Amino acid sequence: MAGTITDRRRRPAVAVVAVATVTVAFLALPLIGLFTKVSWSTLGTDLTSPVALDALRLSLVCSLWATGLSVVLGLPLAWVLARVTFPGRSLVRALAILPMVLPPVVGGVALLLAFGRDGILGTPLFDWFGVQLTFSTAGAVMAETFVAMPFLVITVEAALRSMDGRYEEAAANLGAGRWTTFRRVTLPMISSSLIAGAALTWARALGEFGATITFAGDIQGRTQTLPLAVYLALQGNEQVAIALSLALLAVSLVVLVALRGRWLGALSP
Amino acid sequence: MSLEADVEVTLDPFTERLDLRVDDGEVVAVLGPNGSGKSTLLRALAGLQPLSGGRIVLDGETLDDPSARILVPPERRSCGMVFQDYLLFPHLSAVANIAFGLRCRGRSKAEANRLAIEWMGRIGLAERATSKPAQLSGGQAQHVALARALATEPRLLLLDEPMAALDVTARGPVRHRLRHHLETFGGSCVMVTHDPLDAAALADRLIILEGGGVAQRGTLAEVTARPQTAYVAELVGLNLIDGEAHGTDLVVAPGFALETASPASGARLAVIAPRDVALYLDRPDGSPRNAWPTRVAEVHLMGDRVRVLLDDPVRVAAEITARSLAELRLTDGSPVWASVKATQIDSYPLTQP
Repeated sequence: MAGTITDRRRRPAVAVVAVATVTVAFLALPLIGLFTKVSWSTLGTDLTSPVALDALRLSLVCSLWATGLSVVLGLPLAWVLARVTFPGRSLVRALAILPMVLPPVVGGVALLLAFGRDGILGTPLFDWFGVQLTFSTAGAVMAETFVAMPFLVITVEAALRSMDGRYEEAAANLGAGRWTTFRRVTLPMISSSLIAGAALTWARALGEFGATITFAGDIQGRTQTLPLAVYLALQGNEQVAIALSLALLAVSLVVLVALRGRWLGALSP
Repeated sequence: MSLEADVEVTLDPFTERLDLRVDDGEVVAVLGPNGSGKSTLLRALAGLQPLSGGRIVLDGETLDDPSARILVPPERRSCGMVFQDYLLFPHLSAVANIAFGLRCRGRSKAEANRLAIEWMGRIGLAERATSKPAQLSGGQAQHVALARALATEPRLLLLDEPMAALDVTARGPVRHRLRHHLETFGGSCVMVTHDPLDAAALADRLIILEGGGVAQRGTLAEVTARPQTAYVAELVGLNLIDGEAHGTDLVVAPGFALETASPASGARLAVIAPRDVALYLDRPDGSPRNAWPTRVAEVHLMGDRVRVLLDDPVRVAAEITARSLAELRLTDGSPVWASVKATQIDSYPLTQP
């Protein structure tokens, strides 16, 4: 009964469907491989081993700090990009988005040259304040922030641009200063985009590998986040690596499901 | 006290210049075609668009004066504005929208809420207090927007096309309520509209804005009786003809004069009501002086009346009954005789607005 209408439709080209099927297999097989290799009976002990627990705790702390910093630093930047016209704005926007396309390891090298012991800012930081960012948790947070912040900036900037700026004029007309207007009108009106941007930022920060290992190193309990622990465990204790991978996959799925209404929903019929 | 404004705004390449005086308790309607600068005027008064020249003084306080480098920001002006599409904050309930301005003007949270609820009652929407703007009808949203503006007790109220976002059937009752609120509002009010009905129902005086400047000003009766521009004449449905008077002759086209009842001289405008233009297939009997052969350019049906546009040698619209149209068998291009009595042509001088 349901087939009567679809049968009359023009059928999609067989070759295209075949390639699409191969693509789906390509995307799905690694995940299936991961699931088949999971040792469910030892999953609990794998995830609670000292290395795993340290990595889990550190990843949570670092990614949340990175997300918080991205909001605090990225929100004003997004506002300036969306609302202020100034020469070189597209240059600044390109700079803000660059870490998204930059290979993370290059980002790590660049951070090292700026904030490392011999870096432009790193040298005076250490000489004057005794602050060393490399091989510290703060360094891991910095690396994650550097790589993940663009997700927040572009999401929030897009939301600010699509918001009708006259609401802000209406608020001013009612006596609201800039800060009140931002807090009580602008922020609530872009809140869903801000949350979505923060979720993407968090997911990206949680998965950060290249910049972190280059800039902050791989010290258990201090800079060894989940992805680093997975990579290291793969050389020795494969079951721990698989268990931790499963944990990261679960987080990704949660973020994807939580945001489905925003991106996936817009695409489905 | 009152509003005194000499507004000059340059929005490249367009410059708008006009002066405006509004007394306390007075409602001035600004009418004009699209793009005439009506909304820019309101934005300048509210402080959302800085002046490039001139001065805005409200109750003795200078709000904007570029030559003296004074510019009071919008949040420190006592100008309540009702935006064309209301701009109610979508994330706040109706009552919270009204309380917003009260909070910003320094009221405590409890007091702002109490006053906002009071306003919801005053506009007859007490039971919709917790509704979000999206759940309100157009008329209800307009009342909330008006209450939000009035709750802060502004000295100047600005209405931007208050009826434009409503469907035609809702306008009557909303206009009635708006009139009631304007009567109790003691400050100055400037209303921008393109609907002469709004102006007739709500305004004490009219300013016609065209091409970035004042084309005409006066009371509704003055403006509609003696329009100075084609826009106003069309607004009130009159034929406006410009010509040169020589005694009782008004030359309105090369070699063509209409006879008027009162003698004058120089450049004049004249209005003729379309219903005073009579149409005949042959030269009318009794040979009234103002009878001329012409041609039908367009025919428009308007209910049981018909508007026949004649364009030679002078552009005039005649209004006849549908029955007359049938008897005369007029269509586009038909030859026809038009006549107007001299006493039905009102001629007057051009005035400087």
